[in-house]
Amino acid sequence: MIGLTHYLTLAAIIFTIGVFGIFLNRKNVIIILMSIELMLLAVNINLVAFSAYLGDLVGQVFALLVLTVAAGEAAIGLAILVVYFRNRGGIAVEDVSQMKG
Amino acid sequence: MLQNLTLILPEMILFLGAMGLLMIGAFSKGDATRTVNLGAVAILALAAVTAGSFANNAQATAFSGAFVMDSFAALMKVLTFVATAIAIIMSQGFMKLEKLARFEYAVLLLLAAAGMGMMISANDLIALYMGIELQSLALYVVAAINRDSLRSTEAGLKYFVLGALSSGMLLYGASLIYGFSGSTNFVEIAAAFQPQDGVLPMAQVLGLVFLLAGLAFKISAVPFHMWTPDVYEGAPTSVTAFFASAPKLAGMAIFLRIMMTGFENALVAWQQIIILLAIASMVLGAFAAIGQQNIKRLMAYSSIGHMGFALVGFAAASEAGVASVILYMTLYVVMTLGTFACILSMRQDSGPVERISDLAGLSQTRPFMAFCLAVMMFSLAGIPPMAGFFGKLFVFRAAIDAGLYALSIIGVLASVVGAFYYLRIVKIMYLDAPADEVNEPMPRELSILAGVMTAFTLFFFIYPAPLVELADMAGAVLMQGGLTASGLLQDDVAGH
Repeated sequence: MIGLTHYLTLAAIIFTIGVFGIFLNRKNVIIILMSIELMLLAVNINLVAFSAYLGDLVGQVFALLVLTVAAGEAAIGLAILVVYFRNRGGIAVEDVSQMKG
Repeated sequence: MLQNLTLILPEMILFLGAMGLLMIGAFSKGDATRTVNLGAVAILALAAVTAGSFANNAQATAFSGAFVMDSFAALMKVLTFVATAIAIIMSQGFMKLEKLARFEYAVLLLLAAAGMGMMISANDLIALYMGIELQSLALYVVAAINRDSLRSTEAGLKYFVLGALSSGMLLYGASLIYGFSGSTNFVEIAAAFQPQDGVLPMAQVLGLVFLLAGLAFKISAVPFHMWTPDVYEGAPTSVTAFFASAPKLAGMAIFLRIMMTGFENALVAWQQIIILLAIASMVLGAFAAIGQQNIKRLMAYSSIGHMGFALVGFAAASEAGVASVILYMTLYVVMTLGTFACILSMRQDSGPVERISDLAGLSQTRPFMAFCLAVMMFSLAGIPPMAGFFGKLFVFRAAIDAGLYALSIIGVLASVVGAFYYLRIVKIMYLDAPADEVNEPMPRELSILAGVMTAFTLFFFIYPAPLVELADMAGAVLMQGGLTASGLLQDDVAGH
């Protein structure tokens, strides 16, 4: 029987992969965008699992709103990435270091 | 239903105004930047007046308790909207000279202000998330508004990645809090978050910590500050002036509200975290700023430090503490905007200059600008009788009344270290030989704004009562709101 704990563990694992994807990735900013998406999807698993467990619809409404906002966030992130690429000529993570100190 | 719409009137004005101005900008034949800027300032003023009209009302909720309007929200909204309007006025000349004059800027700032209004009034995790995202999405774009500049786009990219990370953490925390309390409403969360024998269940603590991390990111408290110096330095200066003022105010407001209403019973779990954030922010703000050469970067560390001082009052978690945070943030916004009015005036014929050494001998070439900046620096350092001193006085008094002696002592020491780099700027302006790097005259609107802020900072001590009373009232309302809110929820149901 798959219970609440299984869903929460899965969400925790996916969330951790997302966070580590942001910090450990040295290659390319697109992977960071994918990691952010992963984090938000982990949150959605949590919300829907809790919603089903508690028998309360609010969690599913919240999950839908998170999905919508995540789409907008990805659009803005990609737009900023495109203007950055035009100026820099690349999207390697190591190159994002004009300012330091 | 009608009550719902009355309570969100300030936000409605901002949303509709932003849409209208977007249409004017998109369909007008010539360059509509000036018209849109003026319109945006007028709309913000209208929204501030509308929000101010709720100042004396009792706490009222709308949309099944998701949105709350009380005198705390009214005061913070008025301050946020006014700070946004001032940021638009200050940006006008700078953006024109930098060839960045686009009407979208004012529209984005209006949308960000609407998001901040939503945040300040949020009484539910969903409303909180939507408000924060509306504000953040507008701010990411604004940071990268100079799309031909590598530094500006890099600032936008960094802000976006770290902002999205913080939103993700906040959301993860929110999902856990929802799961382990059964509701997204702050009042019902408060009922569920009850420590047993002085400890909160582990799962609830986990959710709370993630939520705290996400919120600390938004107010750039150490150790979640790493985006601040880069974004402040890379973004155009007028954008930095905005980032340092209104979003900080709104972030601190929602931070106060969620902790004082949603987690009022779980004080044992979060007070230590706030104390740690406060100490780390004050110390890092004081030491990391010493070596800076760029004045925008210096202001970034200065704002990190000031968030630490505000958190000292927060850690007291009393009515006086909340009131002192409100007062501190108000004075901080005035001082920051005044300082940035001077920084925006640092120009040569070839463009803006940002190094601190460029200010050398400014007192001989631009005496008024040097005087305004010197007053702001004294005030930021907390030297009496400037306004900044009273902000620190109230914050530390609240902390001492709450028995947080170690925190207060560390705070005062950090403030002394911080005074070094503020006074260094005064020394460079008044005692060094003129470098004549800043040779453009101060634009008129900037000198008027800088003059007003300087006068306020300088003469605040003569008649501080109105602002202090407002802050006290707002603090009292926020602290009592949590206790009586269950009764108010029923009123809301009756109102439908």
